[in-house]
Amino acid sequence: MLLESIKMSYENIVKNKLRSFLTMLGIVIGVASIIALITIVQGATNSISNQVTELGANKITVNVMGTPLKQGLNDENLSNISKLDNISGVSPTISGKTGIIYNGKVIENVTVQGKNEVYFKMDSSLLKTGRPINILDLESKNQVTIIGSDIVNELYYGLNPIGKELIVNGTTYTVIGTLKASSGFSMGSNNDSVVIPYTTALRSLGVKNISSLDVFLDDTTLADDTVTEIKGVLNPAFNYKDNAYTIFNMGDMIESFESMMSMMSLLLAGIAAISLVVGGIGIMNMMLVSITERTTEIGLRKALGATPNRIQLQFVIESIFLSIVGGVIGLVLGGLIAYTASTLIGTEFSISISTISLAVGFSGLVGIVFGYMPARKASQLNPIDALRSL
Amino acid sequence: MAEVLKMQNISKSYYMGEEALEVLHNVNLTVNSGEFLSLLGPSGSGKSTMMNIIGCLDVPTSGKYLLSGNDIDDLDETELAFIRNKEIGFVFQSFQLLPRLSALQNVELPLIYAGLSSSERKQRAMIMLDRVGLVDKMKNLPNQLSGGQQQRVAIARALVTEPTILLADEPTGALDQKTGTQVMELFEELNHDDKTIIMITHDIGIARHAQRVVKILDGYLTEQEV
Repeated sequence: MLLESIKMSYENIVKNKLRSFLTMLGIVIGVASIIALITIVQGATNSISNQVTELGANKITVNVMGTPLKQGLNDENLSNISKLDNISGVSPTISGKTGIIYNGKVIENVTVQGKNEVYFKMDSSLLKTGRPINILDLESKNQVTIIGSDIVNELYYGLNPIGKELIVNGTTYTVIGTLKASSGFSMGSNNDSVVIPYTTALRSLGVKNISSLDVFLDDTTLADDTVTEIKGVLNPAFNYKDNAYTIFNMGDMIESFESMMSMMSLLLAGIAAISLVVGGIGIMNMMLVSITERTTEIGLRKALGATPNRIQLQFVIESIFLSIVGGVIGLVLGGLIAYTASTLIGTEFSISISTISLAVGFSGLVGIVFGYMPARKASQLNPIDALRSL
Repeated sequence: MAEVLKMQNISKSYYMGEEALEVLHNVNLTVNSGEFLSLLGPSGSGKSTMMNIIGCLDVPTSGKYLLSGNDIDDLDETELAFIRNKEIGFVFQSFQLLPRLSALQNVELPLIYAGLSSSERKQRAMIMLDRVGLVDKMKNLPNQLSGGQQQRVAIARALVTEPTILLADEPTGALDQKTGTQVMELFEELNHDDKTIIMITHDIGIARHAQRVVKILDGYLTEQEV
């Protein structure tokens, strides 16, 4: 019985090709815009949050402003923090600006960063050639340095810088490695800086305190607990003064960014859904016209034994048919638009099953909702009046 | 002979605003199985209302109508649809074939609502088209058939469910003299095979083809000798 109704609906839709197509167009546009918008926004969200994750989702950054009595962290604070649970490593940063000289060539205002071995261990892609800073360098405050790609190009062009000397702030260092050139917008490019052991930096740069600290976590889901524990170490150290330091949790940032983007894609989809409703009204309109045209046919079918439910079913199926076919066309069209757009923008393209089922389900729902009223009207036609209208 | 149809004190009124217009007055009619009956009356006599009630397209305002033992008063729309499908074969003045279906598909139509499988439908429809002599035209659309052929397709459609009553409303009204006579000869043949036929007409010449003629005038029935 269902099969027969589907067949009859199909025949009727095919008979009125142009009209059916125009009616479907409303649904096509509605579904296409929903799919395109959701997919584009989701692709952009994924791309951005992947980039942010690369910067380190497992990282908590502590920035210290200090108090007049204590201007930064010392080694004791550092070791207390690294003893906490869930911490895989602590990487302090000491930075300053100074001039560097090689072979008579001078570069002014170079960023010098004091780092430890953890910094290199946590991101093995930092180093291009040579070796990282190791514990021995830190303990014996070796005067070794790892230099950024711009420095290599300016001072050692055509040479292998490893093993060469570099004068930093008046002291001679040995180059032990080079950093890989970083691109894009990752926080603070290292291309034009030199990295030295932080213990060496404390001594030779004239900086007495550590002002910034990256804390690496084992389990990012426990980040909030770890933040609390770090505060437990830092608060006594700064004598419970306000604004002595800030803690920046990368995971939090990614989370809030993602929730912001999903809000945005919901909002856009909501706007696009309005066009789907307009498409639904188009379907309802066509169904009403079709019923008026086919009054006699409906009357005859009823005379031959079609029950009211049967008539209603046939028209609802016709409406669902139109909207699902429109939905599928819209899905393909929206996918193509999203693919083109994400290729142009350079974000990743992926259509999720939930997006597909949302579109098809929503268009089916539109078919039922907007087909129900006309179908009910058809089923309640009086066969006598209907037959007489010929 | 078994009674297939029994009307007792049937009245039917239509309401036009406040005013009730009674178009059938206490009609009594009994039809036996195998009868060929004409309901003869001019337009406005109430014969269409009679046809609607007999065909279960409408229900009487008062009175009792039994069709094959079923009391029609008690039935709702869905049950009436089943009764129409099973008990009544309609033949209309203007044939009422669906223009985009072939002759065969038109004949199959009532069997769809009877819930038969596609192969069974086709088989039975072909037997019926053969019965009316049109099996070679079964692929034709209605507009590729003459008026007489269209009416024969409609008769095949009416008979395909093997209904208790063949109910024809001015079956020759849209046909010329010659093809009209052919349709009447087909009716006589069918009646000869024990089909119960009720035919509604205003044409006394056509009505005479039946064994029994009942006259209807202003909502009253009178039996007439042929």
